[in-house]
Amino acid sequence: MKRTIFSNQLLPWLLLAPQLAITFIFFLWPAGQAIKQSFLREDAFGINSSFVGLANFTALLDSPEYLNSLKVTAVFAISVTVVSMGVALLLAVAVDRMLKSSRTYTTLLVWPYAVAPAVAGILWWFIFNPTVGVMPYVLEVIGYDWNHISSKTDAMILVVIASAWKQISYNFLFFVAGLQAIPASMREAAAIDGAGPVRRFFDITFPLLSPTTFFLLVVNIVYSMFETFAVIDATTEGGPAQATNIMVYKVYFDGFIGQNLGSSAAQSVILMLIVISLTVIQFRWVEKKVEY
Amino acid sequence: MSKLFTVSAVALIASLSAAQAKTDVQWWHAMGGELGAKLEEIVKGFNESQDEYNVVPSYKGTYPETMTAAIAAFRAKEQPAIVQVFEVGTGTMMAAEGAIIPVYQLMQDQGANFDPNAFLPAVVGYYTDTDGNMLSMPFNSSTPILYYNKSVFEKAGLDPEQPPKTWAEMEEFSKKIMESDAASCGFTTGWVSWIQTENFSAWHNQPIGTEQNGFGGPEARLTMNGPAQVKHWGNLKKWADEGIFKYGGPVGGDNAPPMFYSQECAMIMNSSASRAGVIANAKDFDLGFGMLPYYDDIEGAPQNSIIGGATLWVLSGRPDEEYAGAAKFFEYLSSPEVQADWASFSGYLPITEAAGEEMAGFFEENPGADTGLRQITLNEPTENSKGLRFGNYVQIRGIIDEEFEQMLSGDKDAQGALDGVVERGNKLLEDFQAQSQ
Repeated sequence: MKRTIFSNQLLPWLLLAPQLAITFIFFLWPAGQAIKQSFLREDAFGINSSFVGLANFTALLDSPEYLNSLKVTAVFAISVTVVSMGVALLLAVAVDRMLKSSRTYTTLLVWPYAVAPAVAGILWWFIFNPTVGVMPYVLEVIGYDWNHISSKTDAMILVVIASAWKQISYNFLFFVAGLQAIPASMREAAAIDGAGPVRRFFDITFPLLSPTTFFLLVVNIVYSMFETFAVIDATTEGGPAQATNIMVYKVYFDGFIGQNLGSSAAQSVILMLIVISLTVIQFRWVEKKVEY
Repeated sequence: MSKLFTVSAVALIASLSAAQAKTDVQWWHAMGGELGAKLEEIVKGFNESQDEYNVVPSYKGTYPETMTAAIAAFRAKEQPAIVQVFEVGTGTMMAAEGAIIPVYQLMQDQGANFDPNAFLPAVVGYYTDTDGNMLSMPFNSSTPILYYNKSVFEKAGLDPEQPPKTWAEMEEFSKKIMESDAASCGFTTGWVSWIQTENFSAWHNQPIGTEQNGFGGPEARLTMNGPAQVKHWGNLKKWADEGIFKYGGPVGGDNAPPMFYSQECAMIMNSSASRAGVIANAKDFDLGFGMLPYYDDIEGAPQNSIIGGATLWVLSGRPDEEYAGAAKFFEYLSSPEVQADWASFSGYLPITEAAGEEMAGFFEENPGADTGLRQITLNEPTENSKGLRFGNYVQIRGIIDEEFEQMLSGDKDAQGALDGVVERGNKLLEDFQAQSQ
């Protein structure tokens, strides 16, 4: 990388100032507030406030609802990541083998990414609505009584589909780019040596695609843990019986609906620690250890 | 041209100064759509009726959003003088001493024309302290009633003019309806928490908590796992398994009304304020209204039902002249004409005796429209049927839904689910008590 030398000591700071100001106002300050709040017990109006140390955190770890939320988040994040990356890879490999219409196909597949999460949620909520939806009607024919309002499994499937659908487009683009960067000569050489398409995929394409895969892995986990709030809010609102109450949604519900600020702040501090560790993993481990 | 400009500029300045001479009183509310338009019409009526105050209504979204916005504004010292808060937020608002001005005190301080005895006890009782002082101004109050499909009743060979009175009849009628293929489900319900738990308890004169359902103070704890509630939840589970009852989802039960409109279910229990909506959607069948069913083997039933909806709270920390305006506005709001107009339009209950009388003509023309009013005034409210007042209650309602769902999915029986409500709810009440001390 080319290193730029500034002769003026002030100029770099001035150039950085707008970004630093944004980081301070929209990240550091609220994060500081959350940390402070997480050690307090306070009524909604902020009239009575007392320092309670780590009580908010220990209460969380003793709470079966919070432990359930951790479990639900893990199941949800892994399912969304596996589904969206799996389907995206399949589609990308298909496009890579296409000679003609691949461009049209790519364009069509990218469209869902432009859909806002809340809209995606409403869309799938309609499709799967037990009373008026299309899917429950179809599923009834094959003998499955779909009801995400009372069935925990159905609810989880619904939010996973709604969240993964959108992310497939994003993953697809990266996989297509990754596949195109693999020199055709290597696959041809393997083909000449007698390797079939499946063997070629697992021995050559997949390992060479690993930087893209690892990058997407981290991005997708972060996406499913933090950016799917709108999907949950528009479909299940965390229910039934907390079966889809992922951590981000619980922070919102306990804080904004329940007015339990201390607990909500403690939960967001825990989430903050998770984001920080995911970022560290990405920079320290993924970016360095994966062979390019 | 320039003359025209001067004239219009003078007119503009004149109108500006006229507007400035009036004191603005901010009112944050949660009434969207047609109710919001009606609300603005009422405010306009007040603003034109006098020239000292100008009430400025702002729509802030759903009830929880409005309440959260007002609380956040209070913390930032930008609060409105008046905010509309739903009934389950009452505990939180009451505990915020120093943040609110009780309505009885406001009216006293401002020397307003205010007679607490003019209000309906079943409506106002929900919002008074233990000494009977009114803390907030009821604005939109409703109570759950039974809506039924007369056409389906007829098809099933039932008398379309006789809605079921007891739960035994509810079961019997539902079975008849399903056996005759008139509809595929007997009944559904909105609001499992509000209707099938809180109102169910009041209607059968059963407590849901200690300290007069929380009116006595923050040391109150939940006791809604009594035999009557367990029996009812157990029956709902049984009926759900038999297909007689269909669950419409948590909170308000968004999926319940469509099941009634599409004639899948023959009956629905929902807010009296959904009346206009139900009528608009019941185009293909005749609609009937009835009181909530009760168990005739539980002593004291039917008692009276309790209300839901929202009231107007006055937040402290505004200039004094705004409070004078708020008091004037409340006088206007509780006048029989305004009340009768609002209640006939919306299906909410009138809050004063005089407004109820004013509506006699309307009730005559709209049979069934007075079902809610008759139900809340059926008997003098007891300690168990005055209402409820617990802190963190929005979350507790969420717990009621969750435990009910646990029961429906078979993970718990009725006793286990209601024990879960009490145990988890009491933990939140302990938190609330600690927070507000």
